[in-house]
Amino acid sequence: MNAPVMLGLPTMPPPAPRGVGNLRGDEKFPAAARRALADTQLRRNLGKATTTIRGKRAQVVAELPDWEELREAGRQLKVHTMADLPDYLAQLESAVTAHGGVVHWARDANEANQIVIELIRGKGVDEVVKIKSMATQEIGLNEALEAVGITALETDLAELIVQLGDDKPSHILVPAIHRNRAEIREIFLREMADVDPALSDEPAALAGAARQHLRRKFLSAKVAISGANFGIAETGTLGVVESEGNGRMCLTLPDTLITIMGIEKLVPRWQDLEVFLQLLPRSSTGERMNPYTSMWTGVTPGDGPEEFHLILLDNGRTAVLADADGRDALNCIRCSACLNVCPVYERTGGHAYGSVYPGPIGAILSPQLTGIEDNASLPYASSLCGACYDVCPVKINIPEILVHLRAKHTETYASEHRVPSAEAAAMSTAAWVMSNPKRWTLALRSGRLGRILGRKRNVIGDVPLPLAKQWTDARDLARPPKQTFRDWWAAEHGGER
Amino acid sequence: MRTALFITCLADAMFPEVGKATVQVLERLGQTVEFPAGQTCCGQMHVNTGYQKQALPLVERFAEVFWPYDAIVAPSGSCVGSVCHQHAMIAKRFGSPGLVEQVEAVAARTYELSEFLVDVLGVTDVGAYFPHRVTYHPTCHSLRMLRVGDKPITLLRAVEALELVELPAADQCCGFGGTFAIKNSDTSTAMLADKMRTVLDTGAEICTAGDSSCLMHIGGGLSRIRAGAKTVHLAQILAATREEPMVLGRAERQAEVHAGPEAVL
Repeated sequence: MNAPVMLGLPTMPPPAPRGVGNLRGDEKFPAAARRALADTQLRRNLGKATTTIRGKRAQVVAELPDWEELREAGRQLKVHTMADLPDYLAQLESAVTAHGGVVHWARDANEANQIVIELIRGKGVDEVVKIKSMATQEIGLNEALEAVGITALETDLAELIVQLGDDKPSHILVPAIHRNRAEIREIFLREMADVDPALSDEPAALAGAARQHLRRKFLSAKVAISGANFGIAETGTLGVVESEGNGRMCLTLPDTLITIMGIEKLVPRWQDLEVFLQLLPRSSTGERMNPYTSMWTGVTPGDGPEEFHLILLDNGRTAVLADADGRDALNCIRCSACLNVCPVYERTGGHAYGSVYPGPIGAILSPQLTGIEDNASLPYASSLCGACYDVCPVKINIPEILVHLRAKHTETYASEHRVPSAEAAAMSTAAWVMSNPKRWTLALRSGRLGRILGRKRNVIGDVPLPLAKQWTDARDLARPPKQTFRDWWAAEHGGER
Repeated sequence: MRTALFITCLADAMFPEVGKATVQVLERLGQTVEFPAGQTCCGQMHVNTGYQKQALPLVERFAEVFWPYDAIVAPSGSCVGSVCHQHAMIAKRFGSPGLVEQVEAVAARTYELSEFLVDVLGVTDVGAYFPHRVTYHPTCHSLRMLRVGDKPITLLRAVEALELVELPAADQCCGFGGTFAIKNSDTSTAMLADKMRTVLDTGAEICTAGDSSCLMHIGGGLSRIRAGAKTVHLAQILAATREEPMVLGRAERQAEVHAGPEAVL
């Protein structure tokens, strides 16, 4: 029997569902930022960390004469992959299956979490070890596991600090960037049962304490959970790049490995890694090469995990792909270079963004994954300075997408409300005035009324009115001149006034 | 060559001295400058705040008004950036194919002041005189959208008696960002505080740049804390000469916040 013929517009793919995962904050960015800006310790920690990593990145990038060509190659590979994503995903699935892996498809966070829970229950364990993974943070896997009595132990040092501190990650690469070593020592002393009470705040001592804490778990864990930096369609190979070696332990010691990968992490061929493995470490940690690169293809009897499950996660990604002007956000390889150069991120930190994806990339990715209205303040959390676009290893034009999403927000708002917002009304009025030089000239002359405000110091100081207050709280405003430029020109050169 | 001044709506309304200075520099270099009275605004504020459709009549007006000219010069990297990088996008989305062609052609002839002086006129010494300690803030859109590079620095180095001091972390945004300064005023202010600190660290009495908007923000902050340093647009420095020097410092006769000497008005 033929399938029924569908008429009308195809339905839009769904966004990431509400009520699960960590893509939505509790408050709007300006309010969250206001609180973060008052935290002087946070400001100091972030300023120091981002400045250091910015410098390291700039140094190792400058070493490569073909950096711009590499960026362009990375961009083209990603654009090409996204254009043929369904075919490449099917290719990945058959390659993984052919090598003894099991592929699961998860439409959203709920489905992905449920698949993981069932797999772990099937093994009869209630404790798993985890490799640092953005996808599992995005879907709130740890919370979902905890709700059914399964303990997930983070083995990445920074993720462990965040987990022990009952905190949330604030950076894609350095989740505990908002903490300094004194704070970390305090968390370890409080939360690690068998830690030496004389623990110092030397980085080596802190790492040693974490290593001791984790080693026992690596040896006893039956199930490990990872994300993936890359999935290679051609070979079915998955890859994780890391610095500490904890990932290698998780990937090789437990009997069962469960990998959760966003569907956009795909690359077509093995050879494509020659581009990304040059771009990624230099952009993220400012290193020529990361210490550990682990690759695995299905299972190998007698070597490493005996069972491998790959969960391919959508969770709003197909909806992002459907927007031609926004889809490049999916090209992100999670290096976090844009966070480290962003003047907004450097001052507010990652928590202000409310999503596991903070900074410039988060400001374009989170609102697209959730649907614009659930993260409507994020595209405005940027001065559009463009530093992010300059460093992006796959040349995502973040400022342009921010501007696109701002329009998407105002258009969505307008379509859902009968009365325009005050801002929309003001913008329409301004456009009406400015689209006619006579109206514009009259409006300019009326601006001279503002002169009345600045008599005392010849500048306009604090004005306790909405909007004016947002400016004059911290900055004086120039007193309008007696004569506009066009009136001066007309007086000097004759002509229309 | 028919050269038109695009004053920008902000300078027209608030900083006419910047426009006068631009005209002075260009005329001193032998250019005849025209001011098409039909011009209003490039529409950047609308586009960047999310009101792209409302920007269409402004984009159309810009293309129509400036179409007859061989060169369009503006004392703003940001507004020229909008003309060069946003007008085509608006035309493609909301306008006709004819409009796309028209805005692209006009954008190709639109220059920020330092670009026009160095690239089109081939001049680096404009014969200016400015006996002050000055630091230069490269505004983000000049730096990363237009890539004006060291053209403004080259022009400043050639100014007689000017002492140019390097601004630390110069490529960091000052925090203006258009409506960002209002919508995210706390973050904007935090960025401004760091920019003011670097400006004051140089010991310069003047911070200059190619955008009145950023200077209005930095100058407004410096004025609020009575910092003893102020902002002056690049065009005003280039316009000042030994014969007609720019007079700074008489507070009763001039606006304190990047407006230039009011006595000239």
